[in-house]
Amino acid sequence: MAIIYIDGKPLETQDGQNLLEACIELGLNVPYFCWHPALGSVGACRQCAVKQYRDENDKQGRLVMSCMTLVTDGMRISVDESESKDFRANIIDWMMTNHPHDCPVCDEGGECHLQDMTLMTGHNYRTYRFKKKTYVNQNLGPFINHEMNRCIQCYRCVRYYKDYAGGHDLDAFASHNHVYFGRHEDGVLESEFSGNLVEVCPTGVFTDKTLKEHFTRRWDYTTAPSVCVHCALGCNITPGERYGKLRRIRNRYNRSVNGYFLCDRGRYGYEFVNSDKRPKAPLKRQMIDGKPVHVPMTRDEALSEIGKFFSNGSKAIGIGSPRASLEANFALRALVGAENFYLGLSKADGKLLSAVLEIVLSGPARQPSLGELKDHDAVLILGEDMTNVAPIAALNIRQSVNNQPRANAKAMGIPEWNDLPVRRAMDTDRGPLFIASVAPTRLDDVATQTFHATPDGIASLGFAIANFIDPQSPAANVSGEVRALAQQIATALQSAQKPLVVSGPSCRSEAVIQAAANIAWALCRKAKPAGIYFAAPESNSVGLGLFGGANIENAAEALRKGGADTLVVLENDLYRRVPAALVDELLSLAKHVLVVDHQYSATAQKAEYVLPGATFAEGDGTLVNNIGRAQRMMQVFNPEGEITESWRWLRRLRAASGKGREDEWISFDSFLHALVAEIPAFSHILDAAPTAAFRVGGLKIPRQSHRYSGRTAMKANVAVSETGVTADPDSPMSFSMEGFSMMTPAALMSSFWTPGWNSAQSITRFQEEVNGPLEGGDPGVRLIEPQPDSAVPYFDAVETNESHDAAWTALPLYHIYGSEELSASSPAVAELSPKPYAMLHSDDARARGLLDGDAVTVKIDGQEISTSLKTNDTMARGVVCLPAGLEDAPYIEFPAAAEILRSVTS
Amino acid sequence: MLRKMFDVLEGLYSHLRSMGLVLKHTFAKRVTVQYPEEKPPLAPRWRGRIVLTRDPDGEERCVGCYLCAVACPVDCISLQAAEREEDGRRYPEFFRINFSRCIFCGYCEEACPTYAIQLTPDFEMCEYNRQNLVYEKQDLLISGVGKYPGYNFYNVAGLATKGKPKGQHENEDAPVDVRSLLP
Repeated sequence: MAIIYIDGKPLETQDGQNLLEACIELGLNVPYFCWHPALGSVGACRQCAVKQYRDENDKQGRLVMSCMTLVTDGMRISVDESESKDFRANIIDWMMTNHPHDCPVCDEGGECHLQDMTLMTGHNYRTYRFKKKTYVNQNLGPFINHEMNRCIQCYRCVRYYKDYAGGHDLDAFASHNHVYFGRHEDGVLESEFSGNLVEVCPTGVFTDKTLKEHFTRRWDYTTAPSVCVHCALGCNITPGERYGKLRRIRNRYNRSVNGYFLCDRGRYGYEFVNSDKRPKAPLKRQMIDGKPVHVPMTRDEALSEIGKFFSNGSKAIGIGSPRASLEANFALRALVGAENFYLGLSKADGKLLSAVLEIVLSGPARQPSLGELKDHDAVLILGEDMTNVAPIAALNIRQSVNNQPRANAKAMGIPEWNDLPVRRAMDTDRGPLFIASVAPTRLDDVATQTFHATPDGIASLGFAIANFIDPQSPAANVSGEVRALAQQIATALQSAQKPLVVSGPSCRSEAVIQAAANIAWALCRKAKPAGIYFAAPESNSVGLGLFGGANIENAAEALRKGGADTLVVLENDLYRRVPAALVDELLSLAKHVLVVDHQYSATAQKAEYVLPGATFAEGDGTLVNNIGRAQRMMQVFNPEGEITESWRWLRRLRAASGKGREDEWISFDSFLHALVAEIPAFSHILDAAPTAAFRVGGLKIPRQSHRYSGRTAMKANVAVSETGVTADPDSPMSFSMEGFSMMTPAALMSSFWTPGWNSAQSITRFQEEVNGPLEGGDPGVRLIEPQPDSAVPYFDAVETNESHDAAWTALPLYHIYGSEELSASSPAVAELSPKPYAMLHSDDARARGLLDGDAVTVKIDGQEISTSLKTNDTMARGVVCLPAGLEDAPYIEFPAAAEILRSVTS
Repeated sequence: MLRKMFDVLEGLYSHLRSMGLVLKHTFAKRVTVQYPEEKPPLAPRWRGRIVLTRDPDGEERCVGCYLCAVACPVDCISLQAAEREEDGRRYPEFFRINFSRCIFCGYCEEACPTYAIQLTPDFEMCEYNRQNLVYEKQDLLISGVGKYPGYNFYNVAGLATKGKPKGQHENEDAPVDVRSLLP
């Protein structure tokens, strides 16, 4: 702790900080541009100048850039001194010489850091009389709008894009006062994290292109704290709604999860909520003109008709879903009975998920939180393409490769925040990061070593590594080359302070997951605080896994046995999980099929009844992320029609069928208590957010800003008399601007604003310290903790069978855009989803006389898939990779034996 | 005694003076007008019915920046910004003022950065049905420039639109050549 004197007042700061961070933590208004809490200082913009004095007798002082000045004990500075104020005003005057006059049509306006800083320094009129510099813009793809005129040359964009996110195609061009930030030519930004430029850029050079289609200013959104549903990481988001449509997703800071950044799938995948295809009222299938058509019905009709199927004595089968909340799955379980509740997973998916859960529930290795991934100093990824499956985890692993090289800078006495010298000291050193995968991944550019092999080959490497670390773990039969690599990896992991093993189900191999566990456990037994991190396929996969239960194939068996006439499918498109023939059989075996979903999926289209469920933005719920962190998502807005949370529909059905009381589980909290009483594994989810009775100063927390506009006009075209505000019985938030918006607990914090700080930069005002947790602690609770003294035995190594026979092993390749069901129907994401392909090693292709781009037919399980061939020089041999989960592509149960034939063109 | 006499005389004078004034005003020109038969003269900056104006080229001035809506103390303005596909100009997809709530404070006009929204000297907007006081864009948009004849936002904004690319606006240099290192 250092005491510094600001304008004569002694104040406490932390050692090793820079002066700007200290001022921000103390709540002072020091303007800045180039500094960003995640990017550190470079001293480029000269905006944060303050006066520093030698001692108490020094009246003259000197100007220093606060972001480049290390805090020292007894330091004397002044922020309000007139010379430094004039200096700062001059700097902003210069920055504004070329800034265009287009704030009214700029999407950043109202949450613009440049606007805030201009106001803070007191600049009003442009004093420069000469002409303004202009730039030609670029088309950067469907996510980012480019308006270079607004640039103030702070370099934050390239520092984020290149240095932090590892992108290669955004750079600074030209020289002197012509510096230009963009690509070498028009084109889609390659990085999967490009959307963060919107929040990183302090002005409106990079803005959200999807928002432009339905633009709304910052103060007009209705927001609530929510959780991203597009992968299993559970990144915290703030969705914004206006006029009944979801308008955009912004990052919601949570140090233990996503920190400052989101991936583009999370940021731009939201538009499925606004889709016209969604069911908005209960639907019933009727034959009209000999064709089955879904016709809408009222809520009461639906409940009385469907409720009968669950009345006393009749048995119903319920299929849950890994993309539905805990509450929805529990409500289904309560409706059909625990013995008739099936997880909405295929047998293979269920097996992989329980393999992961078994390891993390019984093993000694701790799963780090998503935010903690950055702190590990040696990482091994076993069989997972993190960028496409768990994007923000990949971004954080990319940061972890700097940890060991940073030691060079530390040895030279360079503070960690001093970005440029730290990078010079690190030079090109990176790592260690080892990636074993089937095909090249997007993290390969920072990998120390990559290893591409079949899942069995990857597993064998893993077992060999574990065997090197702890000879008691079973050895694998591997070749000399692989052995040498295994030894190299084992040494790197053992010599690290905090090694991490990352794996997941993407290889479709239990052996790979077990090999990862062996390595982590071996390290733990050698007294290394090793972490283990598993990717999971969907937003609530782990939550569903904790319920425990049988899979879809078992549900089909139960239906075949008879005794059940009703099938309830909850938020699940079965055609994406098991072969179509099995789904068709399931749907025909049941007399009545009810689907509760917010999507009009292939399964819903064939159902007798469809009940319109709520998306993440329209309902409350709890999701459990890949490491077992339970997080609450709050309802953002009231949807149109009869759309409501799935758990509420199922509760109503339970009451209508006479199984439950009419007044049971009316409120979310009472329902949550019932869930916890039934399944104690979830007891901590009650702590994920305050109850609905929570108040600050006797008031609810507003979902709208105090400057929310149009309250008396937005619905005046329908009826001029304003209706009352809808009450929210489920959360301590109000659907209006009324309430107390300060002193909000972190779990209810959706919008960050303090006077004078309207932009995304205002987050520093709500952190306990720079880059620290939100005031009051990060929201969310961990449901899974390691068993440090556990003596679970090692898993046995697999026997590898590397024979190259005629059959190929078909494996899935996941794509950040396209492989996930919900985001794939958002237009911007759909634009970037890949076309179907089959990928082979170039040598394998050549051996069969095939070339890149050839039309081929892949035969799997009697299905023939016509597609085009892609070749790759480094991927595993004997394997054909197919993109997973693309819309309209047939379901394939990976891994599968495949045959590849050249398509005959007619 | 003397004091009392003075009071009486002063009272008398005051009465006579008042009567005199009344008599004088009997012949003076009247201030009240026979509204509605006779219309009062209104200052050009009278704050009455709100209109949306057009720029000198006849295009809508409103760019949908939402500043009027946020400045409105009774929140009676709502709109949705959109971008015209043919030329990239921003415009309000809908623009609604609920005049049954409007207090004619003129804050919207003050906030407007493009001189689009203006208050006019017209206050005769009574309706028997409150619903008729909800004005949509077609009710608000006039075909003139209002109080600010010459102003055209797109001449000064620096935002490229079709037919007016970068560097063609007032006080702008031609776009920089990023491939040149010359000063």
